[in-house]
Amino acid sequence: MSSNTFIAFQKNEDTRCIVEAIVDDNPGAVVVDQPAMVKVDVPGRMVIKRTTVEEKLGREFDLQELQVHLITISGHLDETDDEFCLSWEQ
Amino acid sequence: MTTAPPKKLSLKERYTLMTRDLAWDTTYQPMSKVYPQVGYEGIKIHDWNRWEDPFRLTMDAYWKYQAEKERKLYAILDAFNQNNGHLTVTDARYINVLKLYLGSTPPLELMAARGFTNMGRQMVGAGPRVACLMQAVDEYRHFQTQIHSVSNYNKYYNGLDEFAHQQSRMWYLSDGKSFFDDAITAGPFEFMVAIGFAFEYVLTNILFVPFISGAAYNGDLAAMTVGFSAQSDEARHMTLGLECIKFLLEQDPDNLPIVQRWIDKWTWRGTRKLGAVGMMMDYMLPKRIMSFKEAWEIYFEQNGSALFNDLARYGIKVPACFSQTVVEKEHVSHQSWIGFYMKSRAMSFHTWVPGPEELDWLSEKYPNTFDRFYRPTLEHWDKMEKQGKRFVNNTQPMNCQCCLNTIKYNEPDDPMSTCFRESVYKGEKFHFCSDHCKAIFDHEPEKYVQAYISSHQALQGNCAPEGVDVTANDFDPARYMNDFWRLDPRATGDFNGSDDQKNFAAWRAQATTN
Repeated sequence: MSSNTFIAFQKNEDTRCIVEAIVDDNPGAVVVDQPAMVKVDVPGRMVIKRTTVEEKLGREFDLQELQVHLITISGHLDETDDEFCLSWEQ
Repeated sequence: MTTAPPKKLSLKERYTLMTRDLAWDTTYQPMSKVYPQVGYEGIKIHDWNRWEDPFRLTMDAYWKYQAEKERKLYAILDAFNQNNGHLTVTDARYINVLKLYLGSTPPLELMAARGFTNMGRQMVGAGPRVACLMQAVDEYRHFQTQIHSVSNYNKYYNGLDEFAHQQSRMWYLSDGKSFFDDAITAGPFEFMVAIGFAFEYVLTNILFVPFISGAAYNGDLAAMTVGFSAQSDEARHMTLGLECIKFLLEQDPDNLPIVQRWIDKWTWRGTRKLGAVGMMMDYMLPKRIMSFKEAWEIYFEQNGSALFNDLARYGIKVPACFSQTVVEKEHVSHQSWIGFYMKSRAMSFHTWVPGPEELDWLSEKYPNTFDRFYRPTLEHWDKMEKQGKRFVNNTQPMNCQCCLNTIKYNEPDDPMSTCFRESVYKGEKFHFCSDHCKAIFDHEPEKYVQAYISSHQALQGNCAPEGVDVTANDFDPARYMNDFWRLDPRATGDFNGSDDQKNFAAWRAQATTN
């Protein structure tokens, strides 16, 4: 069984869309709601796709904007213009 | 004539151009003289270019996003303060958590800023240098914003105004101070493993995620916004710590035993540091979202195991202390609270016995230990307090020479006996709270014999004012301690009957009635 990757955000209107995008792109994603924050667990590998986030937000989105809302991550990170990826499988 | 607009650079290209490409190797002086600290710990680096920042954050983007974070943060702080936000917290007991947090956290952020400033100078590669520079600025930001967010409470409640003086003198703040002093006086790579890896990656999740979410749950918008704003930087710090470990392990197989020893040491030091955080979660938040034990399972056991399983391919083993922390998660928060409760006259925050419903919550969350070992003590103290005989321990605490916590934790296999260890170095005896702290001391005794232990200083007469004969037979070292600490007597003792309790009740009544 592969370990869980996770990401947590402050709860706000932008991250509501980002979390929706993660759920769409990552089968097996589990969303954990906590006061003022939201955490998403995905086994093995999680990808956040710029295009999906843009669809949900209805505007252009630079993945580096995630920095403003991030609380914590788990997994090895690889970030490009199009994908923000966390994984425990190298 | 039309000119096509220049193609936008990709994230990778931008990072390469604006980070790596701006660095150069020195020619007038050998690189080893320009970067003198990277060699003496025995770490071997062959190719600094293998280090990459996976966030690929360049300075221009860094300023842009950090400025946005600050604007959001201060808008919320202003609104909270203008709206008398301090009266919206669940109850006035909550404010005591801020007093402990203020003394223990911002000063350590400042030490982290100093440490990463040095790392930004010492690391040979441009990638880690820039990442360390950003982290240094982040840590300085955390230090300042944390103080700003609590400062409004200082206008109304006792015990917040002398945290800077107390940080390097107060017995219960010395564990955190010692943690960062130890890290910052180590070599550069040990510092990176201590703070970047063990503290940021493995441990800050416990402090800033469930605890800050708990602050939000208790109506403290100020602590919530400052905590999450800080934590938005931590994801980057964690990544730096993890990259550092991977980089060291990939560069040379000889680095493995050195790195393993640092992981063992700093995971344990961080574990001891978090005992007080456990107490903050289980006892000091009037409304609780999860127990310390649950947080430990999610953020240390599961998340830590994911990481250690991943590092196994380099030969890294799970830290030696891992199994002991799994046993201790059932005990540490209770032992911490009991330890603090009995020293209430020597602290600048209040303690109390939790109410019956809160005790039931603890029984439910800690079915294996709470009713058996801790509830009877707390109920007994509650009875004593109601009879007007609030329990107080007036003795000087005994501290571990390594982690500086008071010696109060149990033998790993026996909850009913306190764990004591000792070592003799140059004819002098030193005391420890655990096998792991003893092992850390035994490896570098010259470093840890210098630890500043408040009760030793008191007994040696170093805390008495000038002119007092500290060699006199009737010298009473305890007599001068509160002045030495600048301890406000209104901030000490039980919460019940305190000024904070009365004032909060009066102000809240004013806020809701005419």
